[in-house]
Amino acid sequence: MSAQAGRHLWVAQRVTAMFLGVAVLVHLVTIMVAVRGGLTAAEILARTQGATLWFAFYVAFALAAGLHGAIGLRNIAMEWLGWRGRGFDLAWLGIGLLTAAFGVRAAWGLYAN
Amino acid sequence: MRTDMRGRSHPTYIAFILHRVSGLLLALFLPLHFWALGQAIQGEAALEGFLRWADAPLFKAAEWGLVVLLALHLAGGLRVMALEFLGWRARQKDMVAVSAGLAFAAGVLFLLNVG
Amino acid sequence: METVPKGEKAQDALKVRVWRGDAAGGEFREYAIPARENQTVLDVVTQIQREQEPDLAYRFACRVGMCGSCAMEVNGRARWTCRTHVKRVAAPGEALEIRPLANLPVIRDLATDMAPFFDKWARAKGTFQPKDAPDGAVPAEFATVPPESKARREADAGIECIGCGVCYASCDIVAWNPDYLGPAAMNRAWTLVNDVRDGARAERLEAVSGDAGCHSCHSTQSCTERCPKNLDPSSAIAGLKRTLFWDSLWGRLR
Repeated sequence: MSAQAGRHLWVAQRVTAMFLGVAVLVHLVTIMVAVRGGLTAAEILARTQGATLWFAFYVAFALAAGLHGAIGLRNIAMEWLGWRGRGFDLAWLGIGLLTAAFGVRAAWGLYAN
Repeated sequence: MRTDMRGRSHPTYIAFILHRVSGLLLALFLPLHFWALGQAIQGEAALEGFLRWADAPLFKAAEWGLVVLLALHLAGGLRVMALEFLGWRARQKDMVAVSAGLAFAAGVLFLLNVG
Repeated sequence: METVPKGEKAQDALKVRVWRGDAAGGEFREYAIPARENQTVLDVVTQIQREQEPDLAYRFACRVGMCGSCAMEVNGRARWTCRTHVKRVAAPGEALEIRPLANLPVIRDLATDMAPFFDKWARAKGTFQPKDAPDGAVPAEFATVPPESKARREADAGIECIGCGVCYASCDIVAWNPDYLGPAAMNRAWTLVNDVRDGARAERLEAVSGDAGCHSCHSTQSCTERCPKNLDPSSAIAGLKRTLFWDSLWGRLR
């Protein structure tokens, strides 16, 4: 991988991190509020059904988390397992996107059901 | 990989290890989390069933672990970005302490709320 | 193994484990030398070589912390041995364990091949490129660099490197990726990025970016922790990342 591509991955890692920093806080606070007095499906769905803003938030969250995680896994695999090269890079990209897709599917469930 | 910890025991090294291990565990958990939610969210009844299943103590303990991991990873990330973007060199050890505090606080808060 | 010289009491002996071998491999061997109130780790190695093992290979020159040639790993940490007192690294009665610097090929015993270390300084474009004299000639005019300017202070913070290799030997990223430039080379690059007289900024930033450069640093700060000159290569690398980020955002890179 070229030096420039490595730099872009670092930038992607930091930009997603900045967004995730805020998103994780929102997520944690939502969890803290939601688990008060027990978690029910009706409560969750009442908040998310048809709520375009929540849907957009969860889609962005899933995309950022999927990419951020895949870049991190790539670093760990390169350094601790010696898995380097184009094949591995493409595999991590695939894993990141697949993870994000699972997240988007879950968000769609919350939005449309 | 060398495992001699005598030169690897300073606070910023420990912060790095915690950040990396928490990140690794979260990255492995993330697809599972998304996939399970996607399966569960097929209408209110299905989601309700999933949530009641998730009430099991073991599941709650795992959730608590995740909240702590998330807080830990977030705090560790703040340390790295403070150094990278703000050049906070002198305050690194304080940042490590703040990170630990943040993770601890999140864990306790979750326990209080869930109980 | 009993190697205490005649006339020394056993409790006055300092036990020393020294790594002996070459590129093919080696092992620790135990020695005992008289313990003294004031002795540096370099004194210990010299004593062993002069009194017991004339073929023990190690490297030193100035003995006063200027030349950067005597670095070794002492009890698990890379150090400059000439300025490291035994009592600072080993409790009374504790043995010394001395081995060659990590992350560098061993030539023999405690002497490592520093060539890969300095090759990376070259790869990181660690040589000054005068802006107004590209052919390397001495510029006609003296440059004015205000001592209080931010760039000058950043450069000052990293300029006292003696090239001992302690940071390089302490860096896990180097251990995990042999291509990684390492702290000293990038610290050097950062001083030049902040040198207003230098004309190779864009090429240098390009040379230190990517997986083999600053973007693989995870800020474990082992380099900063170990630097005998109390420099902060970790912050220098962070400075490179920051500069690359803003320079690429504003299109100042190629």
